[in-house]
Amino acid sequence: MNASMNYLDGNAAAGELSRIFAVDITSAEGQCANCGAKRRFAEAHLYSHCPGLVARCALCGHVLLRLVNVRQRVLLDLSGITHLTFETAWE
Amino acid sequence: MAIISRGFAGRRSTADAKLPPGQYLTTDFPVLSAGPTPHIPLDRWEFTIDDGSNVLKRWNWKSFCELPTETITVDIHCVTRWSKLGTSWEGVSLDVLLADVKTDLTYAMFRSYGDYTTNLPLKDITNKQAWIAFKYDGADLEPEHGGPARLLVPHLYFWKSAKWVKGLTLMSHDKPGFWENLGYHIYGDPWLEQRYSDQ
Repeated sequence: MNASMNYLDGNAAAGELSRIFAVDITSAEGQCANCGAKRRFAEAHLYSHCPGLVARCALCGHVLLRLVNVRQRVLLDLSGITHLTFETAWE
Repeated sequence: MAIISRGFAGRRSTADAKLPPGQYLTTDFPVLSAGPTPHIPLDRWEFTIDDGSNVLKRWNWKSFCELPTETITVDIHCVTRWSKLGTSWEGVSLDVLLADVKTDLTYAMFRSYGDYTTNLPLKDITNKQAWIAFKYDGADLEPEHGGPARLLVPHLYFWKSAKWVKGLTLMSHDKPGFWENLGYHIYGDPWLEQRYSDQ
């Protein structure tokens, strides 16, 4: 079974995520909860032609992140990422 | 394959169109997807009905194609606000698939290739309200639109009409599926504009 490619890269989520996070999450390294791969979030496959935003692991296709805007609320599911590592300018 | 026609009401003009609240009319067929489009070889396709513990019914593509079909002409309404009128499908009614299933369970979770899920009350997928559709406008259903087979539940928002469907699990209680557990309505009636879970 194969699948056609109809996604953007994770960088395309930067605008939407910058409304929530003080740091740029797309440059963070995240670990996939399914396959354990550690990749920059920007390398995720992003699906935006749907009722929300869905980011999937570039290696195994597992859902990393889901985001839905409901009027004055944003619902964010990060259960597909075990942890995120951010580079900072401070020590 | 026996064909039962439910008739054809004809295409209405846009001036005649009555749309659910908040919807606009489109003549395109937008492709929405939360993941890659799976291309499922027909010799590996199957549809199963289970109760969470045991598989109660199973069809492969050959046995599925031997079931009686219906042609269906219906309006469809997407929660992203487009509506499309007079869409024509061919598929197998869930009444046929559930005919020999004796159960007290009252809800179903549909499962798709690609791991999408959506929940529905059993009363909404029986009595000529839902089909497993495999043709659109007289042609094999394109993978982008859910082929080889998708669920068609036209009286609810179209996210309930799961693409690439591979089975359903009967449940005693309603549980949210992929979109329903992240802010979308558990039921999704477009005429009541049940888009979100806070309604």
